[in-house]
Amino acid sequence: MTAIHAKDITCGYDQRTVLQSLSLSAHAGEVLVLLGPNGAGKTTLLRALSRFIRPTAGTVLLDDQDLWGLKADKVAQQVALMPQSERRDWPLTVDESIQLGRAPHRGWYAPFNAEDREIVENALASTGLLELRHRPITELSGGEWRRMIFARALAQQASVLLLDEPTAGLDLKYQHEVLRLACDLAKTQNMTVVVTLHDLNHATLYGSRLALIADHAIVAVGSATDVMTVELIYRVYGVHVTIVPHPIYGSPMIVPLLEQDSLPGTGRS
Amino acid sequence: MKRPALRLVVLGIVLLIAALLSLGVGAVTISPGRILQILTDRGGNSVGGTELTIIWELRLPRLLLACFVGAGLGTAGAGYQGLFRNPLADPFVIGASSGAALGATVAIVCGWQGSMLGLAGIPAASLVGSLIAVGIVYSIASVGRQVPVVSLLLAGVALSSMLGAIVSLLMFLNEEKLMTIFGWLMGSLSGRGWATLWSTVPLIVIGGSILWMHSRALDALTFGEESAVSLGLGMNRLRAIIVVSASLVTAASVAGGGIIGFIGLIAPHMSRSLVGARHAMIIPMSGLVGALLLLLADDVARTIVAPSELPVGVVTALMGSPFFLFLLKTRQRELGAGQ
Repeated sequence: MTAIHAKDITCGYDQRTVLQSLSLSAHAGEVLVLLGPNGAGKTTLLRALSRFIRPTAGTVLLDDQDLWGLKADKVAQQVALMPQSERRDWPLTVDESIQLGRAPHRGWYAPFNAEDREIVENALASTGLLELRHRPITELSGGEWRRMIFARALAQQASVLLLDEPTAGLDLKYQHEVLRLACDLAKTQNMTVVVTLHDLNHATLYGSRLALIADHAIVAVGSATDVMTVELIYRVYGVHVTIVPHPIYGSPMIVPLLEQDSLPGTGRS
Repeated sequence: MKRPALRLVVLGIVLLIAALLSLGVGAVTISPGRILQILTDRGGNSVGGTELTIIWELRLPRLLLACFVGAGLGTAGAGYQGLFRNPLADPFVIGASSGAALGATVAIVCGWQGSMLGLAGIPAASLVGSLIAVGIVYSIASVGRQVPVVSLLLAGVALSSMLGAIVSLLMFLNEEKLMTIFGWLMGSLSGRGWATLWSTVPLIVIGGSILWMHSRALDALTFGEESAVSLGLGMNRLRAIIVVSASLVTAASVAGGGIIGFIGLIAPHMSRSLVGARHAMIIPMSGLVGALLLLLADDVARTIVAPSELPVGVVTALMGSPFFLFLLKTRQRELGAGQ
């Protein structure tokens, strides 16, 4: 399957530099979580990985091929993106929307064939959207809509999945449903999943590896226990926390402290 | 057959019937049976000469022009609305209409009688004017290789008002030609004949087909540009193709019938409520709906104050605006105003 590498990339909009000489790799079968304060450049990094914006320096490699040396549809056959907010201007049905995931393979002109139909059916079934297939996308709830995009990414048969804050605006049930789905895809389909999150506990629970981004660069990358330290979190977010093991799974749980209660490193667990 | 496709066929049949009946309406009433006879038996040995002339030289070319101009405005509207993802976009938003108006006004003021592509001076000048205006808007709005939608719309509005002012100025300075200019600005299908038809229809058909071919790409735009690009869509190329072909269709329609408002705005809306959100259905349906609307409007225009005529643009605006307001009030959610 496919790995994606950012090599020394510098990205920005007009004069403003958002990422400076950043390098990061994500591998097949893992869920790489990007963390960092608002405006740290997580979304920009995903956009660079999805070929939406072109780095002003450095390269993005899909396995060993330069992302910008490939044609847009070749990239789309391998990389699927769930942007932070997606527009829904016209009421296409769920079915019709997922079918568009076949466009990178079938092109924009040729009619869809039986193979496409079957792939769309499977995508509908594995995301539990069969009953909603004729529903206009303008009437989907936040959770249903994100499932639709997962289904579209499945129809796209992408091996790299980029998710930008997939839990934003969802209730507890759907937050975990979306993240579980992402983990399942990494495990069962051996996909490479890169996801930006704000909830540190979601990150430690679902991420295979975590990357903390601040001040245009990667501050730390590694396992949850490596990256989620009281000092690092204070340095990056300016918030005092204590870290306790998850009562069932033992993964680190980050618990914020009220400002006056403590200093960094003096959590009472 | 699936429902949207079935509805396309049904509307096609409705259009044919309306066309047949329209041919019989006018100063001389001709029955549908007789019309069929005249149309199928061109040799003309069994039918009267006057009726033959009325149908073949007057009513049929005018009817066909109404259908093609209406279809052109409808498909161009569907193309622009799909590209700009904005239900308020119509064929005139990016300067096509004001460019055409200025071109025609200049031709009238200068008294150009020459012809181009088989078009008489005024339609030819309006075609050229409208393409130049869209070209200017497009190049002003482009930033590097990008052409942001907002700049495109703003540049269109700004250029339109400037060109409109020049048209007013020319009218002010050429009082003796005021009525001619005015008549053209209000849109009319009268007295155009077969020549106009031959020179505008190919452009409308070609441009409309190109728009229709890009239906799937327009569907993908529903999700916004970031997602459309992640599906492998080349945005700049798509934008250029849609703007150029929709403008070509608009320009040809305007050259054929003058400035006729509201069809390009209304037809795509009606089509969406009839056939759903897929552009593969919306674009041909907008063509059929546009053709039907302009056909009916022209029937009204040429009969209601007979033997005189109303400008058809006035009829479409008078019928179109209240209808659009009604749609807006009753279907706000579908029009995307309720989000």
